[in-house]
Amino acid sequence: MTGKEPGADSLLSRISQKLRAGGKVYGILGLLIMICVYTAASTDRFLLSGNIENLVHRTALFGILSIGAAFVIITGGIDLSIGSVVCLVGVLLPFLLTKHDWTVPAAVGAILMISLVIGLVHGLLVTKLRLQPFVVTLCGLLFYRGLARGITNDQSQGFGSGFQELRLIAKGRIPILGDAEGAFQLPATTLVLIVLAIVAAVFLNKTIYGRYLLALGNNPEAARYSGINTDRMVLLAYAICSMLAGVGGMLFVLDINAAQPSDFGNFYELYAIAAAVLGGCSLRGGEGSIIGVVIGSAVMVVLSNTINLVHPNYQNVEFAIIGAVILSGAVVDELVRRWLSARRAGMKVG
Amino acid sequence: MPENNSPPVLEVRHVGKQFQSVRALDDVSLGILAGEVLAVLGENGAGKSTLMKILAGVQSPSTGEIFVDGQLVVFANVEQALQAGISLIHQELNLASNLSVGANIFLGREPRRFGLIDNCRIERDATKYLEMVGLDVSPRTIVGRLSIGKQQLVEIAKALSTQARVLIMDEPTSSLSQHETETLFGVVKNLRAQGVSVIYISHRLREVEELADRVVVLRDGCFVGQILRDEIRHDAMVSMMVGRDVSKFYHRTAHSTGDEVLRVEQLRTPAYPAHAISFSVRAGEIVGVAGLVGAGRSELLTTLFGVTPAVGGSMKTESLARPPRTAREAIEAGIVLVPEDRRLAGLVLGMSVKQNLSLATLRREMRGGFLNREAENRVCEEMTQQLRIKSAGGDQIVQVLSGGNQQKVVLGKWLATEPRLLLMDEPTRGIDVGAKEEIYRLMHELAGRGVAIVFVSSEMEEIFGLSDRALVMHEGRIAGGLDRAEISEDAVMQLATGTGRTPAKC
Repeated sequence: MTGKEPGADSLLSRISQKLRAGGKVYGILGLLIMICVYTAASTDRFLLSGNIENLVHRTALFGILSIGAAFVIITGGIDLSIGSVVCLVGVLLPFLLTKHDWTVPAAVGAILMISLVIGLVHGLLVTKLRLQPFVVTLCGLLFYRGLARGITNDQSQGFGSGFQELRLIAKGRIPILGDAEGAFQLPATTLVLIVLAIVAAVFLNKTIYGRYLLALGNNPEAARYSGINTDRMVLLAYAICSMLAGVGGMLFVLDINAAQPSDFGNFYELYAIAAAVLGGCSLRGGEGSIIGVVIGSAVMVVLSNTINLVHPNYQNVEFAIIGAVILSGAVVDELVRRWLSARRAGMKVG
Repeated sequence: MPENNSPPVLEVRHVGKQFQSVRALDDVSLGILAGEVLAVLGENGAGKSTLMKILAGVQSPSTGEIFVDGQLVVFANVEQALQAGISLIHQELNLASNLSVGANIFLGREPRRFGLIDNCRIERDATKYLEMVGLDVSPRTIVGRLSIGKQQLVEIAKALSTQARVLIMDEPTSSLSQHETETLFGVVKNLRAQGVSVIYISHRLREVEELADRVVVLRDGCFVGQILRDEIRHDAMVSMMVGRDVSKFYHRTAHSTGDEVLRVEQLRTPAYPAHAISFSVRAGEIVGVAGLVGAGRSELLTTLFGVTPAVGGSMKTESLARPPRTAREAIEAGIVLVPEDRRLAGLVLGMSVKQNLSLATLRREMRGGFLNREAENRVCEEMTQQLRIKSAGGDQIVQVLSGGNQQKVVLGKWLATEPRLLLMDEPTRGIDVGAKEEIYRLMHELAGRGVAIVFVSSEMEEIFGLSDRALVMHEGRIAGGLDRAEISEDAVMQLATGTGRTPAKC
């Protein structure tokens, strides 16, 4: 009559638990490997160290945005303003440094502060006024881009030939495999991503606040009834998201050296959301893993590269192909989930 | 009066229903005659709802057969049952509150003219059915503006418009005022006179005594027996429902009470801001809160727990000098709430047993913000043993547990916080008899250890069987307090419907 002894068949349940938790990550990793193998087999340009460097670099940049998106999605919300925050930040950094001669710490500090405020405003509107995240961040998407274009008079912003040391954070390459001609060099952005991803993963999985986020994403009422300050946690998620969009935006402009206010960062929120969903975040909230999200970003980046290298004639339909691949992933995921729950329903449960 | 020699309008033979490992209904046979009011009784989880859903085509039986007018039928869906003249009125009303009364009555069956909705005919016909149920409102009234009682009558009018011959009413009076209940009784008696059969489900035995021609009792999914018109009496129904001596089932032992752990004075809840509530609870005391649905009982608990903060008044515990404004404040003061809807507010369904059990103590056990896995494992092990939670282990997702085990997980989460005041809203809703008994036993154990318990229940037997003292609420205020010796169904119902004596000691 009593609960089963721990250890008896809990090993089995733990394995299945681990598999279920990791299932999506393995799935998306498999997809990434398949795309890589296909591309490598189709063109010998894919494995050139320059191409790999570029892929790793872009994965790092989009990965940072996607981790931010993941935190909001885990709470059951959405942030559509990521691309516009990237744009605002992307034009502001060169604008402040070159047009207004701010010092680097002042400009970077101000931009991080602006990103934080943006996130807090989103969070407050969502929690205190109970506005829908979709509406709040859709308005943000329009607002920040308009602001960026207004501040700069719609003029492209860049660093010219200055700030080379600062730009190394985004452009730098670390010769980890020796400095022979053509050897792979690790993009410096990778280090930024690794640090941020580890901090994010530890936060999500090892702290009580990460647990609170997952709990409230799954059932906000039950979380509130358990004494969790759900409003504060949601606020935190939006703040994290916009801060990471700010960090990402600065890295993007430091790398590219030119930010055109009308299209810089366009659609980046959708890449970030797609990567997060591919990586195992449920838009219903309560689910997500950081490593999955990073792999999800890699899939987005590699897929685009595949189309460029293998099917250059199809570049016009790039979005259609990416959309189709993500949709197939979602369909397969849903079918697997149903199959698993049908199997579980067949089993005897207490 | 029903003719005894004609075949039943509706009859089931040997129906059973299996949900996964749970046998919800087991070999039940019964029939209902034309113009008969048949009351179906049973505790929560006895199989009443399942049986009604099978009759109304919502679910199909795993075994057994259904007959209408002696003809074998199979209902693949609700529409087919409706066509056979069987209409189910759910406990939770299924009306589109943004549409008019007429539009609701004919929803999905709108009369059309030239392909467009014929509103003239809707109004004309709707008026006819509204008259039949004695509801004096225009068919153009928006349903959301009507009281719950009137909405109930709209539901009945809707059922009548489908030419229903058998009306199944699932706890129709649970949210009605005394006056509305009387109106409904008039309608039911009127329908009976017109030859419509009514299957009536209610926990209010007094209503059953007044209305029913026959009573059928279910227990643990089985048919237990029936009582005919002349023998329908409260005691007979109770002993048949519970199947044993009630006093033993509920472990009625007096608790020695200690110091006051909660004093509430002039507390006003957001649901009834005009009405002040005052009472107190002592350590080791079990206080039952009775009343109709909508009387403000749940709101009282959520206000004591801080999730719907008080709009006025004072509340004192050892560490609190004012009403809590958040659940966290309440929990820190030793007040916890087992909510009415555990799936909505009690559990994070997608998380594991262990994660749910530890959710309320994570903060207390944390190490610099980090999770304390040992503490989590300890809580999980302790509570699984103490509450006899049956699961495939701490890592099992709570969604797949039975209702009783889910409720134990909610309880375990709170016991881990070592509460001083346990608030419980319908603590045994939707759980089987075995788990119920365990919950009762646990409540007594906790009271014995000095925990004060305030529980809300719509089941008279629970109020009667568990409470050291009962508070009866009516329209947002405490209509009266009853000592253990004074608690009876009549006394409670009189206070609950606002016809009782003036407030006594609370």
